[in-house]
Amino acid sequence: MTAITMKNSFEQDRVNLRPKKFLMWLFIITSFMLFAALTSGFIVYTAGDPSRGIKMLLPSVFNYSSVAIILSSITMHLAYKSAKELKFSSQRLYLLLTLALGVIFFVLQVSAWKSFIASGVYFVNPNASQSFLYVLTGTHLLHIVGGLAVLINAYRGSVKNIVQYRNLFKMELASIFWHFLDILWIYLYVFLLLNQ
Amino acid sequence: MSSTAIHHTLEHSGHGHDDHGHHHETFLTKYIFSQDHKMIAKQFLITGIIMGVIGMFLSILFRIQLGWPDQSFPLLETFLGKWAEGGRIKPDFYLALVTIHGTIMVFFVLTAGLSGTFSNLLIPLQLGARDMASPFLNMLSYWFFFIASVIMMSSFFIESGPASAGWTIYPPLSAVPQAIAGSGLGMTLWLISMVFFIASSLMGALNYISTILNMRTKGMDLWKMPLTIWALFLTAILGVLSFPVLVAGVVLLIFDRSFGTSFYLSDLVIQGQVMPQQGGSPILFQHLFWFLGHPEVYIVIMPALGITSEVIATNSRKPIFGYHAMVYSLIGITILSFIVWGHHMFVTGMNPFLGGVFMITTLIIAVPSAVKTFNYLATLWRGNIRFTPAMMFAIGLVSFFISGGLTGIFLGNAALDINLHDTYFVVAHFHLVMGSAAIFGMLCGVYHWFPKMFGRMMDDKLGYLHFWLTFIGAYLVFFPMHFMGLDGVPRRYYAFTEFEFMKEWLTVNTFVSWAAIVAALGQIAFLWNFFNSIFNGKKATQNPWQSNTLEWTTPVEHIHGNWPGEIPSVYRWPYDYSKPGHDEDFILQTTPFSETMSSNLPHDFEGNAEAERIQLEWERQHQAEKV
Repeated sequence: MTAITMKNSFEQDRVNLRPKKFLMWLFIITSFMLFAALTSGFIVYTAGDPSRGIKMLLPSVFNYSSVAIILSSITMHLAYKSAKELKFSSQRLYLLLTLALGVIFFVLQVSAWKSFIASGVYFVNPNASQSFLYVLTGTHLLHIVGGLAVLINAYRGSVKNIVQYRNLFKMELASIFWHFLDILWIYLYVFLLLNQ
Repeated sequence: MSSTAIHHTLEHSGHGHDDHGHHHETFLTKYIFSQDHKMIAKQFLITGIIMGVIGMFLSILFRIQLGWPDQSFPLLETFLGKWAEGGRIKPDFYLALVTIHGTIMVFFVLTAGLSGTFSNLLIPLQLGARDMASPFLNMLSYWFFFIASVIMMSSFFIESGPASAGWTIYPPLSAVPQAIAGSGLGMTLWLISMVFFIASSLMGALNYISTILNMRTKGMDLWKMPLTIWALFLTAILGVLSFPVLVAGVVLLIFDRSFGTSFYLSDLVIQGQVMPQQGGSPILFQHLFWFLGHPEVYIVIMPALGITSEVIATNSRKPIFGYHAMVYSLIGITILSFIVWGHHMFVTGMNPFLGGVFMITTLIIAVPSAVKTFNYLATLWRGNIRFTPAMMFAIGLVSFFISGGLTGIFLGNAALDINLHDTYFVVAHFHLVMGSAAIFGMLCGVYHWFPKMFGRMMDDKLGYLHFWLTFIGAYLVFFPMHFMGLDGVPRRYYAFTEFEFMKEWLTVNTFVSWAAIVAALGQIAFLWNFFNSIFNGKKATQNPWQSNTLEWTTPVEHIHGNWPGEIPSVYRWPYDYSKPGHDEDFILQTTPFSETMSSNLPHDFEGNAEAERIQLEWERQHQAEKV
């Protein structure tokens, strides 16, 4: 009898996904702190001497990449909504769209680095404010890679037709994280625009 | 009922049970890649103890150098080879020793060994959960820690030696390989190790927070949690908020070291050669480092404070004095710890006004710290004290916390710090207030929860021997350092033979080294006691300390899932010791008020009118019977 109660209660723990979803929120706090540290570092460094600072106009590629990631946030939301309404084919379609937009964002960011280099703003630079440009966008891109992995995981789950509550769970994780990456980029972009 | 319902739903939805690890455990899944929080706690503890012994051994090595700077010890050359040519430790290796001693003690012993052990052990057990929010992540957390430890130790086996820029790894010393031998490969290994370590800490901390907030048993509201859990909870929050900042600082340092950027480097000339990097700011690193570094010292001390609260209340047979004040002071320490980092940087040319601000915030920390100290003393006051080894260590912590905390008030003062900065006064201060105090908290926890971890008791007599040797030893080591520091003797120096005014401290150094050696030998009593008792200790009873908290309602024999039947519900706070009117001097948290009618007090019911009415009714009847 007791063995069954315990097994059930383990089962409950496994099925209870709230603590696991909470882990994602906590992870977001850690990466928020990472970017808070980097941007504070930028401010402290740049304020130290008038010779420091971005001292260039940000390339227009950033506008396009911003549009891409905002669009991807919308498709992400649509995918989540379709999953909730049991429309699995449109869920997969929107997920693929989100993935594609994510990849486009990635490519655009890398091309922004190319335009940095073209205008003589290198990573190895006596004015480290300009090196910070690479660090901030690069760290965000690493997160984007992680976000793409989470998206692919959700997509695979959907293709494999896993149980709906697991599917929704994966979609929820993906959408929380992906929207965070979107907001994070907007924060970084505005931060850089204000400091250019 | 509800659990059965869910169970059936699952069966019907075709959800398989094949991925249950706990039905058929192999040696590998039980002892190595275990996902059971109790086993992971033991893994953290034993790894922590091993790292602690290594850290202590390193300190004995540099104490030998400081105590007998002119003497040759051929044995050292046998073991250390070219790092101790002629039987004398070389200056570079001396710096490596202090660096790795600091790193191991602060991070590997007092962060992972302390938080890792007791968070894993106590959070599910004291809150009434089957396991952590994510047992898998928990396992990963331990293995990342293990890898970090191995990498850190591996730096002793490379040609250029371990990192030697101090545990704070300030650039430019840590950033330029030409600056010192240890800043080559050794520093790289240090950084890789710390990346693993931070990942481990974060995975652990996320798990602890999520478990505490989401998986408490019925009735266990936040204000019924034992103070250990409050402390471990706030520690985990500190970790989540501060470790990412260290990541930022370390990432920029890695770029400076390996990619040639100049975040931290500027105007360097090494051996007549001008370094290419220009325009960096070394102070930036200090800001990023200490934004972690200061909360880190509270990550170290808060679990120890939580453990002591529990042990002191249990062994004084009294409710903890000022439970709410204890929680609020922990919260106060948590918040304040983020706005005091500047006090490590008073002499970096900081704006004096800013220094004043940091000074005020720093001194305010004395308030919650003092609240805690006085509450400990008030709990002890007129208690029915049982001097178990755990209790001795808890009282030892209070002693160190007071004597080390008082010097913090000197050091937190921006003007006095000009004189005291980087002297032995600082060494004495933090070794007492966070080093000795935290290790005493950890040992206190080990003695107290050993029966819970291993089902056996540790030997009391060896425990007392261990306590007195360590307690007296620690004071003899660190107390004289205050006077050295006041006299201006700087820390991190290899020998005090070159400056006239420091020569008079040579004899004191010899004395301190002897005290350190004796205290270190005292740890053998602990190690023997610990490892021998795992196999040969007296069998423990279910609740050997007659404690109130939930972990003592689990069976002595460990089972995956902690409680064989349903998880018990909680009805009261954890500190009902010696409650007037009750026939025993402790009441378990699982005892409902209906079973303790003779000892219930009006405020127990938290304004529940119905319960109060029943209690009054009972009292009236009881009165009538008596008459």
